[in-house]
Amino acid sequence: MIKIEMQNVRLGYGRKVVLKDLTLQVMPGEMVGLIGPNGCGKSTIIRALSRIISPFSGKILLDGRDITKIPRRELARWLGVVPQMPLLPSAFTAFEIVLMGRNPHLGLFQYEGPRELAVTWRAMERTATPSLAERRVSELSGGEIQCLLIARVLAQETKAILLDEPTANLDIGRQVEILDLIKNLCLKSNLTVLAALHDLNLASQYCDRLVLINNGQVHAEGTPGEVITPQNIKEVYGAEHCVYTHPINGLPAVLLRSGNSQPANAGEKGGIV
Amino acid sequence: MSWHQPGPDFTNQAPPIHFPQWRGRIYAILGLLIGLGVAVVFATAVGSVQIPFFTTCHILFSKLPLVQVTHNWPGTLETIILEIRLPRVILAGLVGGALALAGATYQGLFRNPLADPYLIGVAQGAALGAVIGFLLPSPWHAMGFGIIPLLAFTGALVSTTVVYSLARVGKTLPVTTLILAGVALGALLGSIVSYLIISSGEKMHGIVFWLMGSFSLSQWSEVRVVLPYMVVGVVIILLYARSLNVMQLDEEQAQQLGINVERLKLVLLAAATLITAAAVSFVGTIGFVGIITPHAVRLIWGPDHRFLLPLSVLTGGIFLILADVIARTALAPTEVPIGVITAIVGAPFFLYLLRRRKRVIF
Repeated sequence: MIKIEMQNVRLGYGRKVVLKDLTLQVMPGEMVGLIGPNGCGKSTIIRALSRIISPFSGKILLDGRDITKIPRRELARWLGVVPQMPLLPSAFTAFEIVLMGRNPHLGLFQYEGPRELAVTWRAMERTATPSLAERRVSELSGGEIQCLLIARVLAQETKAILLDEPTANLDIGRQVEILDLIKNLCLKSNLTVLAALHDLNLASQYCDRLVLINNGQVHAEGTPGEVITPQNIKEVYGAEHCVYTHPINGLPAVLLRSGNSQPANAGEKGGIV
Repeated sequence: MSWHQPGPDFTNQAPPIHFPQWRGRIYAILGLLIGLGVAVVFATAVGSVQIPFFTTCHILFSKLPLVQVTHNWPGTLETIILEIRLPRVILAGLVGGALALAGATYQGLFRNPLADPYLIGVAQGAALGAVIGFLLPSPWHAMGFGIIPLLAFTGALVSTTVVYSLARVGKTLPVTTLILAGVALGALLGSIVSYLIISSGEKMHGIVFWLMGSFSLSQWSEVRVVLPYMVVGVVIILLYARSLNVMQLDEEQAQQLGINVERLKLVLLAAATLITAAAVSFVGTIGFVGIITPHAVRLIWGPDHRFLLPLSVLTGGIFLILADVIARTALAPTEVPIGVITAIVGAPFFLYLLRRRKRVIF
């Protein structure tokens, strides 16, 4: 049950500033989606929250504590990350990869006992991956690896989960399964969830709140209905006439059609014309 | 496909899978421990004076605590075994285990299958130290301790420290920079060593022999000097086996899984460098054991460092003990440099393993 806060955070790499002044809050039991065009800094936010990079200025707080003051192992017990298309060592088995999620719970003199194995197995069951357990990573598809990464973060038993494009490699059936699972965890276990999502429809369906990022700052923030508006989508993505209402639950839905592209952010970035 | 919802049926029952594999690896550790014992006895029995296997066993066992064996062998045999052969065999085992473990550690830390214990300048530093030792005027050699091992050890530690500080960027240590700095400094030191060898005159034979490695002058005193470094280094590395597994993901994921990556690199580099330096300072820069043993172990028992590391120690120890037996018996009374043997015997076996198991190993 932890609250994630970013206060006036300025982020970037080297001299390049990616995000100018970002203020963001994610509450326990809330699933927040980060949306925005390619390169807008969604992954950068996730990397900053997991302390891979440190902000130029501003503060990142986890339940009110400055994350730079939290030791890495403790931080990894609070906050788990599902990275986007990571490199996995191909000779390890799927079970061994998921078991690595238990690492922050084990000290130098401890080893993976029955409890660790049971938690790991349970996490695999919840992501429907037990049949992969003894297969090597080199034999797995992108989607199967994505499910393993979700299993790993479940095995990590954290209070908050950050996901970077968790559905990128999944077929539509699996997309819904994985996001249902995460949403369920969020509601039942009061997890704090922040997901960078590419797919605006999934973002609209699953997230309680959306943060639309463009040009290094928050362009819009609020419920899916407030953020996915024709106006916002046109300003950020350059696509017109594509926002509709979902026929069943009334949430915004984005339907694309061909021959409708326009240079987004004209004059600043250009675009593919 | 149906989802298994979390429910109250959750128990602490371990999963049914995976234990067979782990059990097999634990048996492998036990089996190799026994193999190590057999190799020690065999290697002490074989030599210019052939001593029957059982007599060797009796003599060795008589020195163990709590064992009563009746003495029925000549005292000369006991001297040969306990004072001449045993220290040599034990030193070979220690050095083999240390080099294999250091190799496995570097390969794991750098996620690079070509890494070996000499990757970041240990060997060239030790060689330069040793060559300087050889070239010193004789009064230096008359001191109570061996000046050559001392200089080799110092050289190894100094050159790694230089590589480390050159490669450091702010608070981080990029692995690629470290490897490149190691290779570049190694080349520099190597050329200085070559120059010194060429201009060394009649001392050249001794130097070249040292560089290729030999256990011919092993004594208990050397075992006593090397042992503490080895024990400390090995224990530290084994404690970080799980961290090394997580490091195989990549540095970003390792950090997100609670590993302090920069501290881990520092600790493991220091420990691996220490055992490598201790190993090479007395017996020279023996090649091949450090790079090939971990790969052979990986081929047979998989990439999990919790098993890979101890299995590498044992395999490397056994391998070097047996290689040393060949080195001193093949062309007796002439000794073959052990570096030659490790490659001649080890390379074909490794290539055989590589062909037989066609699957990803790293």
